[in-house]
Amino acid sequence: MLILLAVIIGFLYASSIYMFLRRSIVKLVLGIIFLSHATNLLLFVTGGLRSGEPAFTQSDGSVDLATISDPLPQALILTAIVIGLGITAFSLVLVYRFYKETGTVDLDELAENDQT
Amino acid sequence: MSLFIPVILPLVAIMLLLFSYRSVRLQQLISMVSMSYLLVHAAIILSKVVQDGPFALQAGGWPAPFGITFTADLFTAIMLLTTSVLALLVTIYSFGFIGETRKKAGFYVLIHGLVTGVNGSFLTGDIFNLYVWFEVMLISSFVLITLGAEKQQLRGAVKYVVLNLIGSVIFVTAIGLMYGQMGTLNMADIALKLRETEHTQLINSSLMLFFVAFGIKAALFPFFFWLPASYPTPPMAITAFFAGTLTKVGVYVIIRFYSLFVVSDQATWQVIILIIAGITMVSGVLMAASSYDIRKILSFHIISQIGYMIMGLGFATVIGLGGAIYFMVHNMLSKTATFLAGGLIYKFRGSYDLKEMGWIYKDKPLLAFLFLLPALSLAGIPPLPGFFGKLFLIYGGFEIGAWKITAVAIMVSIVTLFSMIKIWNEAIWKKIPDESQARAKNKLPGTSLWASIIMVALIVALGLSTGYLADYFFEAGRQLLDADLYIKTVLK
Repeated sequence: MLILLAVIIGFLYASSIYMFLRRSIVKLVLGIIFLSHATNLLLFVTGGLRSGEPAFTQSDGSVDLATISDPLPQALILTAIVIGLGITAFSLVLVYRFYKETGTVDLDELAENDQT
Repeated sequence: MSLFIPVILPLVAIMLLLFSYRSVRLQQLISMVSMSYLLVHAAIILSKVVQDGPFALQAGGWPAPFGITFTADLFTAIMLLTTSVLALLVTIYSFGFIGETRKKAGFYVLIHGLVTGVNGSFLTGDIFNLYVWFEVMLISSFVLITLGAEKQQLRGAVKYVVLNLIGSVIFVTAIGLMYGQMGTLNMADIALKLRETEHTQLINSSLMLFFVAFGIKAALFPFFFWLPASYPTPPMAITAFFAGTLTKVGVYVIIRFYSLFVVSDQATWQVIILIIAGITMVSGVLMAASSYDIRKILSFHIISQIGYMIMGLGFATVIGLGGAIYFMVHNMLSKTATFLAGGLIYKFRGSYDLKEMGWIYKDKPLLAFLFLLPALSLAGIPPLPGFFGKLFLIYGGFEIGAWKITAVAIMVSIVTLFSMIKIWNEAIWKKIPDESQARAKNKLPGTSLWASIIMVALIVALGLSTGYLADYFFEAGRQLLDADLYIKTVLK
């Protein structure tokens, strides 16, 4: 499971970098989405993987530290996903407005603007 | 409770502002009240820290390594106070400067959102909570920079948004790795564990990721390209506030993390930081020297001044850090003041291009002085605070024998003076290029003018009272170097 996750995380990082290197701004936003998903998975792995164990106390309030899965990374991911959702929505709207105003989604045209 | 007010009060103000959405006057009144109270409250926190030393509060009463901690030491309190001063003055400035459409689109709401994020980042003692405050700050700044949605603004915003988002993702990655290695997110707890375990070099990977993430926010050398592309695009009042606070939050966090987490390999980190500081200073100032747009020149100067602050951190001595903190305060005030004056010059003449301008001294001498004083302060002319900031930093460099970087710092300040004189000569002193053209002499909004005057008065006051205040800044540096004090404050 750990190896599979490691491969998936690596693949997501690689594809996000590939998307960053494309010329279209829409693909840039896609790259950011991949990058944040890769990071969420990475956060998930940092707590250590324990399959089949709950992330909460037993019904009598006792905690078995040897078997409990770490709940903290899951809480962190939840926060990161929510923030990521808002930011993705904002960047998509930004790209759309940018396209409406300039009629292009080409990154190279963005660079030319710097010289003026 | 007192440490939560700097983040809770702006949030309450945001709610009230959203309820009074239709009336710009009411929004201005609410903003004035909340910003003024924030200033008073920051002064209360500062006086408490000066009297009783650093203190911490645990959110929800959860004990320290488990809950979220808010901490204030002298460095935090000084930064809070300076930010509150800037927020209040920029709010007053914006009354006459920002157009009606932007005000109706929620300018005051967003400024409060920005202040919430900045104050939260200063106060928090938990690295994941820091990430959340960073996002609060970033999303407000994203909307502020696009507010009005002009073509130029959207172009700048795309670069700003993309690079800062990548920075945030790197930040979260670093948090994940840090948690995997240390098993805790509380900054004091991490620092304590680092001092008790032996294999601390393992943490260098996440420290480097942190450094890159905050380097992007602070606009350090290889990561600063978003700043000159995006800062000049929104109205000057917004740029002025960004220039004063956003990059400084990055610097603040770099200093805080360095003092707590760099336990082993200190010499290596010092070399890395000093090299990056040197290149940041030189590249920023050279780009400023070759530019002819007021906003671009001032934006490039932000980068070069960030280099000075990081240089003070690289010395890692009381004088170096105290000097860096003094320099940050001076820079937040002076930089914002130059942007505010630049905005007034734009209102007066209707252009940002130096080549089309001239004779402001003849038409409006007050405006000329409002620009001249902060500009000279940035260049480092006594008795203005920029001189003392550089004096402390250069003294700190001589003290530990870092000759090369100190020499670079002195050279850079000469080039800074050159490019400030360029604005002076071109915009204010020279004859207007085309005599036949009627010179624009627009009426200046009174509130903006007064905000600018107060800002310049504060800069002069800071410079003249350096003798009394310097000890507090060095005390703040001493507290930063004494990581045990921070750990004890949080985990008592």
